[in-house]
Amino acid sequence: MPVAIVDGQEIEIGADERLNCIEAARRAGKEIPHYCWHPGLSVVASCRMCLIETGQRDAATGKVTMVPKLVPGCQTPVKDGTVIVTESQLVKDSRARVEEALLIDHPIDCPICDKAGECLLQDYHFEHGQAERRADLHPFTSRKRDVGPTVTLFVDRCIMCTRCVRFTREVSGASELMVVSRGSSEEIDVFPGFPLDNKLAGNVVDLCPVGALGDKDFLYQQRVWFLKREANVCGGCSAGCSIHTEHNQDTVYRLKPRENPHVNTWWMCDDGRYGWHHLHDQSRVLAAGRRREAGKNGHGTPGDAFETIDWADVVTRLRDDLKAAGRLAVAVSPMLTVEEAWMLCAIARSIDPEAFLTLGNVPVIGADETFPGGFTIRAEKCPNRKGAEEVLALYGAGGRSWDDLVAHVAAGKADAAWVTGGYPTPWIDEAEAATFADLRCLVVQDLFESPLMKLATWRLPAAGFAERAGTWVNVAHHAQSFGQAIKPPAGVWPEGRLFWNMLGRRGLYDPVGVRQQIAGSAAPFAALAGDVPATGVDLRVRQLA
Amino acid sequence: MTPFKPVLLEAVGVPDGHTIASYASRGGYAPLERALAEKQPSDVIEMVKASGLRGRGGAGFSTGLKWTFLPKDHPGPIYLCINADESEPGTFNNRILMEDDPHQVIEGIILSSYATRASTAYIYLRYEYPRSWHRLQAAIDEAYAAGYLGKNIRGTSFSLDVYLHRGAAAYICGEETGLIESLEGKRAWPRIKPPFPAIEGLFRKPTVVNNIETMACVAQIARRGVDWFKSIGVPADPANPRDPGSYGPKLYCLSGHVEKPGCYEAPLGITARQLIDELGGGVWKGRRAKAVIPGGISMGLMTESELDTPLDFAGPGKVGCLGLGTAAVVVIDDQTSIVDFLHNSCRFFAHESCGQCTPCREGTSWSLRMLERIKAGKGRLRDLDLLLEIGTTMGMMPGSTICGLADGAAWPIKNAIKKFRGEFEDYIKRTNPSGWMVTDPVPALQIVGAH
Repeated sequence: MPVAIVDGQEIEIGADERLNCIEAARRAGKEIPHYCWHPGLSVVASCRMCLIETGQRDAATGKVTMVPKLVPGCQTPVKDGTVIVTESQLVKDSRARVEEALLIDHPIDCPICDKAGECLLQDYHFEHGQAERRADLHPFTSRKRDVGPTVTLFVDRCIMCTRCVRFTREVSGASELMVVSRGSSEEIDVFPGFPLDNKLAGNVVDLCPVGALGDKDFLYQQRVWFLKREANVCGGCSAGCSIHTEHNQDTVYRLKPRENPHVNTWWMCDDGRYGWHHLHDQSRVLAAGRRREAGKNGHGTPGDAFETIDWADVVTRLRDDLKAAGRLAVAVSPMLTVEEAWMLCAIARSIDPEAFLTLGNVPVIGADETFPGGFTIRAEKCPNRKGAEEVLALYGAGGRSWDDLVAHVAAGKADAAWVTGGYPTPWIDEAEAATFADLRCLVVQDLFESPLMKLATWRLPAAGFAERAGTWVNVAHHAQSFGQAIKPPAGVWPEGRLFWNMLGRRGLYDPVGVRQQIAGSAAPFAALAGDVPATGVDLRVRQLA
Repeated sequence: MTPFKPVLLEAVGVPDGHTIASYASRGGYAPLERALAEKQPSDVIEMVKASGLRGRGGAGFSTGLKWTFLPKDHPGPIYLCINADESEPGTFNNRILMEDDPHQVIEGIILSSYATRASTAYIYLRYEYPRSWHRLQAAIDEAYAAGYLGKNIRGTSFSLDVYLHRGAAAYICGEETGLIESLEGKRAWPRIKPPFPAIEGLFRKPTVVNNIETMACVAQIARRGVDWFKSIGVPADPANPRDPGSYGPKLYCLSGHVEKPGCYEAPLGITARQLIDELGGGVWKGRRAKAVIPGGISMGLMTESELDTPLDFAGPGKVGCLGLGTAAVVVIDDQTSIVDFLHNSCRFFAHESCGQCTPCREGTSWSLRMLERIKAGKGRLRDLDLLLEIGTTMGMMPGSTICGLADGAAWPIKNAIKKFRGEFEDYIKRTNPSGWMVTDPVPALQIVGAH
């Protein structure tokens, strides 16, 4: 096994690994500060913050020969016997000088900068910079300009690392951003009439190590040190990007991509990034309701057609209503987690052993969109079709789609239907909903009112993506388990909690327990046994093993 | 000093010396025909290696050795880039060659392409040289018409196309990888090395970048032989194993405060004093020299007492300068303020820094800002140490930037302050009698706006 020596500490590197000094040092627990280098982009070695001393240890004699100059850690590959020195006086001095140079043209407007608190320039300055300012002060300027519909550029804060420029060239591919002018007057800009307007544009804000690129959606909304983050999965499409949901007091403020080499690498799309606003939409269904008995509804307006039912009563009365109605059909939404889908199927079969189970509606918009860097936005706008299908297959209902359910109901083969939703956008029209008009009992569980919900006997709220806990399986059979980021609005039980109680389980809903039960009893989900790593598992790989 | 009969500048003053007929009448293109008929490409490389020719562009790297870095048996294409982006202040030797004897350059290019097996050569020409542009293009057309360029040159299997590319007037395009980037149509940001251009250069193919004057020397070596070339100049210093010697004639660009500025051809190793006094007619108006730039502004400064330094590749380094550079000797007389000189130098580098690496981008602009303040009568003694430190971090600390131009920006600062510190101190004390000793941070010129 090749060995590299970081500040005297030997670390092993894989024989076929291609690490640079920054990555190798990280394994030894040493951070080499850097701005321009990013693992997902080409190496330019221009910020000069990662300058270190390196050398080579002779395998036979053990003698170390040092390179007589500073080298950029990002550009220097590590091989067997590479010696990395990250804390010599020369390295420290060089870092202090680079920090000093970067601050010469920086407005230091941290109090009004959104990046403050998560800014590399701040962090590195505290760690590697010096307290005294020796350069001539110059007037505070903080020019800003729009570079696109979602991104604002604070020109003077920029340190010219060119990460954003390389991103638009190498990953999103439209090359909107560029460097204009020369020397210390250079700036990032777009060509007039060609704004930064692509579906990956938001990533440049994440890439920016300082506060130069601001996300208009997040700008001035919240100080970052108030934010708490939960490792989540984006529910926007079947790619299932790993994300951090950043929230405070049960309000989401932004979503950030979470590094996951198996799914989304470092990126996420803007559809997903800004796709959390529906969580806080005032028009959400916020209470469980049951249509008033005929004749008891004296008011006439549709809103009043439902009486609010306490959740404890929902658990029993819903089961009774469905049992009384007769033949049951259930749509298992691809927005549900594997655990929820599994419990829903169990409930359905306990009410009616012959219950007709199908997949819920799978919203499809356009076609898959792949960017030059390999990132793909899926046309299927739901996160768990694969997971729901696998669960249905366990119940002998594999391969059935939403259309089968509509046909089943239209053919008069069902007396009751339970349609789960959780869709952030309208998904059913009046005509299709009319198919369900003659059922004895119709349960609709969704985020928003819909033509179908107007016909419902039971109107139940659904949880949004950040309000659930459980497991989603993406289009590539990659399963990721995640926790609940925020509490749902008052009056809303996430589906899992309702199902848990309807199954007669005691205590709080325990998604991990349910997952273990599924993993222990169903071969397709065997890989979910035990702890699932933050980056998820591939369900197929473990099956083969 | 014995007078030197010009070789590279042979055509200067010859009527229509820039035409192919004139060049042929002086023996031109005959060596090329001989080489194509009798020599293998490797023989040409050996010839240039044996001559000890070092690149005339500034760094002084052995030309033959550079050619051998190309990968062996490469399927091609291999490119030859000719650096004619002559933008070092004070330098104009390439211009003379391109204007007065373009065929000498083209013959050198053909020979070098033959040696390196390049089938395409690009001449990257400085934008501000319209006459060179017209003359070179006309010469290229003539060479095509005469069958020295194009397909199957003189009936051999060797083909070569030469393209003349005009730059857009940026100093950084003279850096070899900056030049390559610019040729590719990109922003001229020098590349990180390795890979070196010989392995992966223009269009990611093996590339050699040579200077115009180097090409002229190659043509003359082919015409007059290795022994002739080695008979001129300074042999290697036996005490220094890393000194390969400085052979051949060199074009010295003499400018500044001299009686007869101009481009002079002399053997490598002529001293600055000989150049100024014997060729340039002495410092102008009977004055004394205060300082002399040995080879372009980025090489630093020699004082009057250092003028007996030989201007070969090793000489200026011995008196604390960066090197011979482009051998552009600029004389500064004793009535010129060295503060003004440094201000001008800093202004140039702040303007021309490509802005890629932090130390150079910010260091050049910071030093300019400081010099402007000193010139405005607000200097402090502390600034001098700061300037020296900026110079050290931006360039001289090895490895602090991608390309060598930060070095070039730092050297004038270091030399000027180290060698003329007294003058700087006097200037600061005289112009800022009440504040020269202050060490507090310099306040902003305007009040920081309230929010």
